[in-house]
Amino acid sequence: MNEAILIAILVTVVGAATPILLAGLGELVVEKAGVLNLGVEGMMLVGAVTGFAVTTMTGATFIGIVAAGLAGAGASMIFGFLTLTLTANQVATGLALTIFGVGLSSLIGAGFVGQTVTVLGPLFPPALAEHEHLRILFGYDPVVYFSFAMTLVVAWFLRRTRAGLILRAVGENDASAHSIGYSVIGVRYMAVAFGGAMAGIGGCYYSLFLTPMWAERLTAGRGWIALALVVFAAWKPMRLLAGAYLFGVVMTLELHAKAAGFEYVPPEFLAAMPYLATIVVLALISLRKSVGAQAPACLGKPFKPST
Amino acid sequence: MSDGTTRRLDLKGITKAFPGVLANDDVSFSVAPGEIHALLGENGAGKSTLVKMIYGIMQPDAGEIRFDGELVHVASPKAARAMGVGMVFQHFSLFEPMTVLENIALGLDEAISYADLEARIREVLETYQLSLDPHRTVATLSVGERQRIEIVRALLLEPRLLIMDEPTSVLTPQEVAQLFDTLRALAARGCSILYISHKLHEIVELCHSATILRGGRVVAECDPRAESSRSMAEMMIGGALKEIEKAADRSFGVERFIVGGLSLEADDAFGTSLKDISFSVRAGEIFGVAGVAGNGQNELMLALSGERPVESAGAINIDGNPVGTLNAEKRRRFGLCAVPEERNGHGAVPGFSLSDNAILTARTRKNMVRLGVIDAGVAESYTNEVIGGFAVKTTGAKAPASSLSGGNLQKFIMGREIMQAPDVLVVSQPTWGVDAGAAAAIHQELVDLAARGSAIVVISQDLDELMAISDTMAVMNEGKLSRTLAVGEASVDEIGLLMGGVHGDPDATADYAGATHAA
Repeated sequence: MNEAILIAILVTVVGAATPILLAGLGELVVEKAGVLNLGVEGMMLVGAVTGFAVTTMTGATFIGIVAAGLAGAGASMIFGFLTLTLTANQVATGLALTIFGVGLSSLIGAGFVGQTVTVLGPLFPPALAEHEHLRILFGYDPVVYFSFAMTLVVAWFLRRTRAGLILRAVGENDASAHSIGYSVIGVRYMAVAFGGAMAGIGGCYYSLFLTPMWAERLTAGRGWIALALVVFAAWKPMRLLAGAYLFGVVMTLELHAKAAGFEYVPPEFLAAMPYLATIVVLALISLRKSVGAQAPACLGKPFKPST
Repeated sequence: MSDGTTRRLDLKGITKAFPGVLANDDVSFSVAPGEIHALLGENGAGKSTLVKMIYGIMQPDAGEIRFDGELVHVASPKAARAMGVGMVFQHFSLFEPMTVLENIALGLDEAISYADLEARIREVLETYQLSLDPHRTVATLSVGERQRIEIVRALLLEPRLLIMDEPTSVLTPQEVAQLFDTLRALAARGCSILYISHKLHEIVELCHSATILRGGRVVAECDPRAESSRSMAEMMIGGALKEIEKAADRSFGVERFIVGGLSLEADDAFGTSLKDISFSVRAGEIFGVAGVAGNGQNELMLALSGERPVESAGAINIDGNPVGTLNAEKRRRFGLCAVPEERNGHGAVPGFSLSDNAILTARTRKNMVRLGVIDAGVAESYTNEVIGGFAVKTTGAKAPASSLSGGNLQKFIMGREIMQAPDVLVVSQPTWGVDAGAAAAIHQELVDLAARGSAIVVISQDLDELMAISDTMAVMNEGKLSRTLAVGEASVDEIGLLMGGVHGDPDATADYAGATHAA
C-alpha cells in the first residue's frame, strides 16, 4: 500500500471519528451529571438539518454550525424539561426524543433534499493543508480541531475545575449534593444543554462536511454509537477520544475494503461492523469490575428535591 | 434573655406542618455560646425537621430564629454556613469515588485551590488531633474516618454553631471518646454544639443542657449531668421505661445453628472477605457479633442469610441440616429467617405495600401462597398482626413501606421475621436509628424468642446493645471472628480493642491491650 492511500484512509477515519467524538463528549458530560439522554441520535439529526438549512440560507458555514449547536441544545431542553422538571422516565423520554428528532429533521429538511453546500475548506493555509505529508496534521476543517480542543477542555473541566467537581458530585450522589446546597436540577439542565449542543454540532458535521448534503436519517444510527462510546470510554474523555478513532477505523472498513478490492467478506457485513462492535464492546464492558470504570452512581435516576 | 447574655441560637415558636402531621409545634429553646446542647426525642419527635430548619434545608411555617441575637431568615444551607452554622449529618453527604480533598472542597462555598485547601485541612487536623489522609478515596475509608471528613468540612468554616445528628451510631467506643475530645475542644473555643443522639449515656457524659421533644413539642428541659439515662428516656417516651426481662435461670439446649470454616470472597473491591469463621448457637441462646463496620459483617450477613450461598454446604448447619449452598428462600424452609441491615432494598421493597412485603419473606412459613396464587387475606391478616404486635405506626397493611419512618419500618421488618417463629434468626443492626422505647421493645422480643427455644445471631456495632441482650459474643475484625466470649467475661474496653482500636495490627493490639491491663 502506498503512502497516498494510507493518508487517504487516515483522512476518512478522522472524518468518521469527529462527529461521534463530539456527540460522545456531550453525552459524557450529561451522564457525569447523572442524566441518561438516549436522544443523541435525534439531537444529531436536528443539528444536521439546521446546520445545513442555515448554511444554505446565509452562505456562512460558521453560522450554520452555531445554529446546529443551538438547535441541538434546544431539542435537549425538551428532554430536560420532561425528565428534570417533570421527572419523567429518562430512558423513555430519550427514546421519544430520538423518534421526534427523526421526524422533525425530515420535516424541516424536506425542502433541502438534493441541494448542496460549498464545503468549508481546511483551517490551515494551502501550503500546509495540501502538503503531500503534512496534510495528515494540517489538512482538516476547523471542526476536527474543535473536537480535539473540546476533548481537552472537557477533561480539564471535569478534573480540574470546581464546576466540574460539582457536576460529578451531582451525578454521584444527588441527595448529598442537594443537602450541601447545590442545585441538582440546575446543574443537570446545563449539562443536558451542553450535551445537546455537542450532539447538534456532531450532527451537522455530516450535512456540512462529510456528505455534504441533506438526506433523511443522515446520521444513520451514529448517535447510538456515540452513546455506546461513552460506556466504552468508562466516562473518561481521553479514552473517549481513543474510542472514537477506534470506531472511526471500524466504520470506514467497508470503504477501504472496497477500495482495496477485498471481496472475501460481503460488504454488508463490513457495513454492519460498527454496530456489531458496539454490541461486543458493551457486553465486554459489563464484565468489567474495576471501580474506576463504573457509571456515575445516580445515572438515569430522577431527582426530586425534598423540601 | 433572662440571663442578660446574647444567646448563640434562640428559637421562638417554631412551627412546621407536613400534610397530615405537625412536625414541630411551637418549639422554643436557646443555646449559649460554647454550650453543648442535646436535642432528645423518639423517632418522629421532630428533631430532624427542627435542625433542618436551623440549617436552612427547610423553612418554618411560623416562629423566629435568632442567631447571636439577630433575627435571621435561613434561606438555604449556604446561608446557614455563611452565618457560621455547620452540620454533620447522620447519613453522610459524601461522594464515594472521590477523594477526601474533593469531598471537602464540595462542602465549601468559596473556590480555593487544592493546595491551599490541603494546607488548611492539615491545620484543622493538627489543631484537633485528628488523623485523615486527604488523598484517600472515600470508598476505601472506615465509617469513623468518613465522619471525620464531615467534621473537618464543618470545622474549616470555623462554625459558631455545629449541629451533630446521631454522630456516634456507627463508631467504636474509642472513636466515640476521640470524637468527644474534639467536641469538647471545640466548645472550649466558644463554638456551640447542638447534639442529637439516642444514646443517653453519651448525653450524660458530654452535654451541658438538653431539650426534650415529644410529638413535635418541647416537653422538658434538663441538665443531663443531673439526670440519668433512664430518667431522660422516660421524659422522651412520656412513661416508664421497661427493663429487658431475662430469666435468671436460663439454660441452653442443643446446638441448633453451627457455622464451621465459613469462608467467602468479597464480591466487590471494597468488601472484606470472610476467613474461616466458626461458631455455634444453642437453642435459647443469643449470640452477638460485634465489630466496626466494614470488617466483614455485611459479608457474614449475606452468607448466613443465604443472600450469597457459599461453596461448602457443610459450612452452615441448621439443626444438623447442611444449608450452605442454599439460597435465602430454601433456608427459610429449614427455619432460618433474617433481618438485613439495609431496610430499603434488602429488608423491604420501598414501593410495595407492607402486606406485599410480608408476602416476600413470610409466604412459605405462613402459608400465604396456595398453588402459586397469593392468598391476599392471609397476607393482610398476618401484616395486621405484625403491625399490632410491634406497635408499628402506619395507616395500615396497604401503606407502602416507603411511607414509614426508618424506625417504624425496622419494627415492622423485625416483627415480620420474629412472628414467623423462626428456629434460627439472624439479624443485623436490629435497632439502628430506632428510639429508646422501640429499641427496648425489639430487644425484649428477641429475648422472648430465644426463651421459646430459637437460636439467634445478632450482628451489631452497638456494643451496649450486645452487652444487654446477648448471652455470648465474638468480635469481627478484618473478616475473622474472635473466639466466643461469655458476656460478662470481657470488659467493654477489651472488646473495643478487639474491634480494632488498633486496627489490623495484631502486635500493636497486643501491646495496647497489655498496656491497658498493666494500667
